[in-house]
Amino acid sequence: MSASPLLEVRDLHARIGQSHILHGVSFSVRSGGVTGLLGRNGVGKTTTLRGILGLTDRTGTIEMEGSPIGSLRTDAIIRRGIAYVPEDRDVFAGLTVEENLRLAERPDNELRYDLIYDLFPELKTRAKQRAGTLSGGQQQMVAIARALLNGGNRLLLVDEPTKGLSPLVVRNVVEALQRAAQVVTILLVEQNLSVAHKLARDAIVLDQGRVGYVGTVEELMGDPALARKHLGLTSAGTGH
Amino acid sequence: MSTVVLLLLTGLGLGALYFLIASGLSLIWGLMRVLNFAHGALFTIAAYVAWSAMQPLANGDPLVAWLVGLVVAIVTGGVCAMLLEVFLIRPLYARPIGQILVTVGVALAAVALIEGAYGSDPKQMILPPWMSASTHILGADLPNTRLLLIGVALAVLAALLLFLRRTRYGLVIRAGVENRAMVSALGINVERAFTVVFTIGGIAAGLAGFLAGTYFGYVDPTRGTSMLIFAFIVVVIGGLGSVTGSAIAAAVVAIVQQFLNFYAAPGVGDFSVVILLAAALLLRPRSGEST
Repeated sequence: MSASPLLEVRDLHARIGQSHILHGVSFSVRSGGVTGLLGRNGVGKTTTLRGILGLTDRTGTIEMEGSPIGSLRTDAIIRRGIAYVPEDRDVFAGLTVEENLRLAERPDNELRYDLIYDLFPELKTRAKQRAGTLSGGQQQMVAIARALLNGGNRLLLVDEPTKGLSPLVVRNVVEALQRAAQVVTILLVEQNLSVAHKLARDAIVLDQGRVGYVGTVEELMGDPALARKHLGLTSAGTGH
Repeated sequence: MSTVVLLLLTGLGLGALYFLIASGLSLIWGLMRVLNFAHGALFTIAAYVAWSAMQPLANGDPLVAWLVGLVVAIVTGGVCAMLLEVFLIRPLYARPIGQILVTVGVALAAVALIEGAYGSDPKQMILPPWMSASTHILGADLPNTRLLLIGVALAVLAALLLFLRRTRYGLVIRAGVENRAMVSALGINVERAFTVVFTIGGIAAGLAGFLAGTYFGYVDPTRGTSMLIFAFIVVVIGGLGSVTGSAIAAAVVAIVQQFLNFYAAPGVGDFSVVILLAAALLLRPRSGEST
């Protein structure tokens, strides 16, 4: 991986209640494209993303473009150029689509409304609709659009964007993320390995709260023994 | 008929007071998850500071004195709430039990301090003549203060709704009531919104304290505490975080209270409010969380 990574995480430990979830996770994300954060269920992928953002108790070193951000509040970390698409989308159900987007606007940022309406034209027609009344796929569009909106965002942490979506919507989301990856770097948690394979260039595989593999997705998926060892696949390159 | 009209409008006047206290409590709980037991203290402190500010003007135009008192109460409520949030609540965000103890402590200390400084006897308010008079409506002679309170409460409701729906802070507050962590994850400093909400709540409590003095004709040290109980009930019935819900619940609670206190027996109305609360909790287990 690159010598000057966009994001660097070193010795990240996280606890939720009495459970020690992350046991010294270290990895880096190079600028550009999609890096997949993969692994079986419950290995700490979501906790890693939340830990980077300070949304869960953690210790360790986190650097964005060489600057330490681990001691900052969540909102200050975000303002360093990181955006978050959470697993459950977390759109504001009582606000309209337009209000959800307006809330994400940050001053002194070039706003990418052209890009997000190009990616998701439906959001323009549903601007006045309450987000809580949207389908899961439409809510995912709002969540991704919200993260892409600010031109200052250089890294998107995207957690299971295709979870619970129909195959057609999954295809739309994958296409949108492929296009988004042309303007921002994406750290993608994805359980659907065919999606991860399609999108990601680099892979970081977590295993029981530790990094088990770092390399390219091609190497990982192309080697049945490696895929079986780290992802539990019986046939490399297939979906889960 | 005239009795019904009188009870209805008196109930709405009382409901206006409940709403002014409850709206702040509701927003504070909705966004910050803080049960502010010191809200009644803000009400009382603002009322007494306003009363003090009016005394040098006692020999002048009572309307001027009243307007000065009104402004002083609003400013006092807002400033005290802001100081309370910054110095006592903020250090305890992660410790809800600590917040409860601190706000209960402030409430008790404030009443004791007021009693120490002013004594426990009620203090007569200076009221313009119009506020001591009545208006004849549908056969009932209605004290003008009731009409004033209803008008002010409606204006405050409209202002709050405009603030929540048309301003950036309002948007942040509405979103924060739903999911505070996600608001932070959009790069928004929620703590600043906390201070704004607490200050707005304090302004409304200060206004309520002063208008309660106007409504009853005097200020007294324990009024804030006794009204706070009903305001909490209004907040729960109206939906935590919902200003509109608080307005409706305040009107319902106060009207039921007035009618039953009159037609059943004194005290029955107060008790019935608790039954209303139980019914609301049973029929709607998950209180509304919209604004």
